[in-house]
Amino acid sequence: MGRLSVDLCGITLDNPVIPASGTFGFGYEFAKIYDINILGTFSFKGTTKEPRFGNPTPRIAECTSGMINAVGLQNPGIDKVISEELPQLKKCFSKPVMANIGGFSVDEYIENVEKISAQEQVGWVELNISCPNVHSGGVNFGTDAKSAAEVVRAVRPVCKKPLIVKLTPNVTDIVSIAKTCEAEGADGISLINTLLGMRIDLKTKKPVIKNIMGGFSGPAIFPVALRMVYQVAKAVAVPVVGMGGVSKAEDVIEMMLAGASAVEIGTANLINPCACRNIINNLPRVMDEYSIEKLSDIQGGVLNG
Amino acid sequence: MKQSIFKVISNEKIAKSVYKMILSGDTSEITSPGQFVNLLVGTCFLRRPVSVCDVNGDALTLVYKVVGTGTKLMSKAAPGEEFDTLTGLGNGYDLTLSGENPLLLGGGVGVPPLYMLAKKLVSQGKKVSVVLGFNTKEEVFYEDEFKALGVGVTVATADGSYGVKGFVTDAMPGDYSYFYTCGPEPMLKAVFRKTSTSGQFSFEERMGCGFGACMGCSCKTVTGYKRICKEGPVLEKEEILWED
Repeated sequence: MGRLSVDLCGITLDNPVIPASGTFGFGYEFAKIYDINILGTFSFKGTTKEPRFGNPTPRIAECTSGMINAVGLQNPGIDKVISEELPQLKKCFSKPVMANIGGFSVDEYIENVEKISAQEQVGWVELNISCPNVHSGGVNFGTDAKSAAEVVRAVRPVCKKPLIVKLTPNVTDIVSIAKTCEAEGADGISLINTLLGMRIDLKTKKPVIKNIMGGFSGPAIFPVALRMVYQVAKAVAVPVVGMGGVSKAEDVIEMMLAGASAVEIGTANLINPCACRNIINNLPRVMDEYSIEKLSDIQGGVLNG
Repeated sequence: MKQSIFKVISNEKIAKSVYKMILSGDTSEITSPGQFVNLLVGTCFLRRPVSVCDVNGDALTLVYKVVGTGTKLMSKAAPGEEFDTLTGLGNGYDLTLSGENPLLLGGGVGVPPLYMLAKKLVSQGKKVSVVLGFNTKEEVFYEDEFKALGVGVTVATADGSYGVKGFVTDAMPGDYSYFYTCGPEPMLKAVFRKTSTSGQFSFEERMGCGFGACMGCSCKTVTGYKRICKEGPVLEKEEILWED
């Protein structure tokens, strides 16, 4: 095990850096600018049963130290992901990939998870029950402990890979939902998805985003994300993947100290396509600066304080 | 796509709210007119996509209008200031379809990308006509630059304060082999209705990344979903589906 390597549900990652779903497509745009095999892994674009266009535009709004998106799970549908995207990905990525799976009903989640987890390239399934941009979609499952329990319980038996459940922060008590998912057999918890947000254009006096609201992400949300990762990591025994506003090596280390086993990086990729490569390159220097020998030594460092 | 640093050589006002910035840097990824670059500007969180007006060796010319915080900051950039820039974004115009006498129709800040296009078409020996539309006389720019290329230039202003009174569609010549256009959406719709040949349209949309990763700028076309930043911003007339 190297200085940066970590374990995620029994699979060793060379480093904890994982581009987050929805900010990295299926990897190729980034593979043109750097070798994406340097990543721990990455979580591919949230995939549903049917192809989806997503929401009307504008889908993007700028904020102070962040942005709002209301893409709405645009994806080619699971059959195309398996027949076209995964073979294409194989040409530029040789590690197990994290499959982000969405759904609109328990039955759809079961079918999608069964199909995708059977793929050799898939190392983990990240169950998205937290998309804020799809009405009657995933987020309804993630905002209510009973529905979350129902979907995790239903997919667990058909999931042939470690099952990581991705949670929304737009709830009163994220800890109870995390504990429910763990009790129903989740092998890991990832959090946080975006915070529901909104902007208004003063020139038009109308919401910037056509869908009115969207998911707020970027460095502005990092302290909120870190706090929730800490709370959940304290409450569950399964690995936690921390994310939300991570944009530099220091943030990765903070997330790990708060209890994350690995760290997803989302919005930073959109601003700087080399963000994850830079973070990986900077980690050893920042670790030296803070006298950290190995990342695994400090994981969960503040949990027992 | 390439990420590199561009340094400001000059930055001057050329019309009401419109600035011309010349930067120096690695332009090797800019392969066709109609492409754009994406600049990291001051403390703005998202990059600012700006269409390429011209490239001459290491010199990149951008002509932009001050419309908000980012472009306002750009307008204050002094020579020597540096911008982290993504270059080689978007598909750009396809010159092979132009025919012998193509027509270029630009409105407002849709004019700049047509300059490099006109230059390339002229260098291929095409007989190019250009119609430039603006709201009013104070906003007119690049008329002389186009004329210096040796192309036929007609200017239209909506209020009639300069050139032909009306929109670009009121000042179009009758005979042309093909057309290329860029401008605000109402103008593009008018061009779509008024033109008799096939042609290419350059579109604008709010973008997240500008390089195809976030799906923020998707649109529906006859040939499927496209990302304005990646498979666009240029679409062919036959594939356009107007939203409303």
